[in-house]
Amino acid sequence: MYRSHVLVCGGTGCTSSGSQQIQDALKSEIAKAGLENEIAVVQTGCHGLCALGPIMIVYPEGTFYSMVKPEYIPEIVSEHLVKGRVVKKYVYDETVSGDEIKPITETDFYKKQYRVALRNCGVINPENIEEYIATDGYAALGKVLTEMTPEQVIDVVLASGLRGRGGAGFPTGRKWQMARNLVQDGGPKYVCCNADEGDPGAFMDRSVLEGDPHAVLEAMAIAGYAIGANQGFIYVRAEYPIAVERLQIAIKQAHEYGLLGKNIFGSGFDFDIDLRLGAGAFVCGEETALMTSIEGNRGEPRPRPPFPAVKGLFDRPTILNNVETYANVAQIILKGADWFAGMGTEKSKGTKVFALGGKIKNTGLVEVPMGTTLREIVEEIGGGVPNGKKFKAAQTGGPSGGCIPPEHLDVPIDYDNLLAIGSMMGSGGLIVMDEDNCMVDIAKFFLEFTVDESCGKCTPCRIGTKRLYEMLDKITKGKATLADLDKMEELCYYIKANALCGLGQTAPNPVLSTLRYFRDEYIAHVVDKKCPAGVCKSLLSFTIDQDKCKGCSMCARQCAANAIERTDYIAPGNKLASFAIDSAKCVKCGACMSTCKFKAISKQ
Amino acid sequence: MKSLAELQAIREKMQGQIGIRREAQCSTRVVVAMGTCGIASGARAVLNALSEAVIEKKVAGVAVVQTGCIDLCQYEPVVEVFADGKEKVTYVNMTPEKANEVVEKHLIGGQVVTEYTLASAAK
Repeated sequence: MYRSHVLVCGGTGCTSSGSQQIQDALKSEIAKAGLENEIAVVQTGCHGLCALGPIMIVYPEGTFYSMVKPEYIPEIVSEHLVKGRVVKKYVYDETVSGDEIKPITETDFYKKQYRVALRNCGVINPENIEEYIATDGYAALGKVLTEMTPEQVIDVVLASGLRGRGGAGFPTGRKWQMARNLVQDGGPKYVCCNADEGDPGAFMDRSVLEGDPHAVLEAMAIAGYAIGANQGFIYVRAEYPIAVERLQIAIKQAHEYGLLGKNIFGSGFDFDIDLRLGAGAFVCGEETALMTSIEGNRGEPRPRPPFPAVKGLFDRPTILNNVETYANVAQIILKGADWFAGMGTEKSKGTKVFALGGKIKNTGLVEVPMGTTLREIVEEIGGGVPNGKKFKAAQTGGPSGGCIPPEHLDVPIDYDNLLAIGSMMGSGGLIVMDEDNCMVDIAKFFLEFTVDESCGKCTPCRIGTKRLYEMLDKITKGKATLADLDKMEELCYYIKANALCGLGQTAPNPVLSTLRYFRDEYIAHVVDKKCPAGVCKSLLSFTIDQDKCKGCSMCARQCAANAIERTDYIAPGNKLASFAIDSAKCVKCGACMSTCKFKAISKQ
Repeated sequence: MKSLAELQAIREKMQGQIGIRREAQCSTRVVVAMGTCGIASGARAVLNALSEAVIEKKVAGVAVVQTGCIDLCQYEPVVEVFADGKEKVTYVNMTPEKANEVVEKHLIGGQVVTEYTLASAAK
């Protein structure tokens, strides 16, 4: 029995900022104080507020320490854990108001969140199956196997309105129904989990796997029962070592407790799960390519139909759902379809996890009901754009999505609304951009990604994205004409219509959406040969205002290209001659500008 | 795992242990003063007795927490009970045995153990 639990975040974010050292320091200090039988140190999954990592929470008080360093630990142990005095200077400042410490749930970041998929992340120890069981874990599987028919399970999932959280938003219940009913020949069927999270900036699936792996295992077993499958595969990228390790531990523990394997709960239902590690190819997140990869072949998509529900893995009926989709299933079974359908908008039910990144104060994971506006997410939960800069756009859906301009900030976010404004939900990456981001450059960044990751099977994607990238490159170098813009748009629609898989079909979206909302920026690049945000190097020129220059030579010493030299001109009132930049030699690194104390250097 | 009953047993066993991580649902806070004075007069044993009893007896909605010196050094170990909508109760000169009694009678039974309170000690 422990009187206090100290939770230390062991997600990837906090681990990389040193949470393991925090745990070690805590354990040794607690032992030194002789409290090892009174205070438990628990490693949990992600709390979501990754920007403030490493994070440590002391219960029962619920004190939220942020950006903890190992050298703070002796003081926290001797003051807080021994004497009960909270060490305020290390506590997350949003929770401190005067002498009072507010619960973390009342801060701006957490107040508007509602956690379903992430409910256990940061609360339980993911490497201890009993902690999952304590939060009603495996109760849904028990209920399904002992009280419900497969048809009833599918009906509940259908009625809940759950849609695929991987991005496309296909109704999960429909998928299960097809896999159950379309082929009934008694042969094997498969349940797959897509944990090949590939969108730049998205990390919710990783956090679920790291923080609550059993939720995914339980849901896969439920899905197996519903469609009549006895084997599941989780396809997870090898770049997620912590997630892979915790999944392995979870699968082992589930076997030991008889929650996977033969005759689960004495119902006669057998279910087993294997891991398959992906080598990090973006295309393997596409369902048909993922299955091809599990089969042991090169990860390339195949045409649909036939859909996986009819002919999927090893040519057998297969369902494939995303990690976050599975993370909702057990809760829907336990709390009922009506509870889930009560959240969200008319066509998009439940909650959605977003990974906030880019120019935003609170980088991290947030889970909000569908229909929350982008403004609430960016400004209230995310804390807005830092350094007083102006919000320019939010990018959702990764390389398949688009940029949302400020005028659409008040659109309630759901699958259909995002499509209508030219973006898409995608897996839920949300990258915020400010006035310093060039939209042409952003489109180019995503196209560069798609070109790299195109599997090469179909021509529209293999060659089309490459040509698209070249056109964007031409624009950022100031060599394009207005005719190129039209040609580019035409090519976008061609790729959309003709690519083989979803990734190719959506690859032009970053270009189309920026063209739609930020055409003036494209025109500035093409006609005026200027980059308004000052990002595209070829269009920039650095100049020294010779009257402001004091001749201190700081810039010239910083310049790696030796492009800055002293002139003969001495400004009125100065003793030393001013400097000038030779634009032919200048590599536009900007080092001179940041080093000048007199703000004499400007870029255009 | 052969049956739902076994699952239920694990759940109940573990719920008591991780229950303290859900502070938001606690309507009662039992605060043990753990200044130097409190620790010297045995507050740690009182704190442990309280939290163990609360977990073992599955008393819902109660958080056992510690605080620093509350300036009643001559009465240490001191335990304060804050319940939503009720007046604060201060227990003084506590021992683990008294603590168990307080859990039994006050936190579970709802009856303040008046003989251990500051009011009766000050008389």
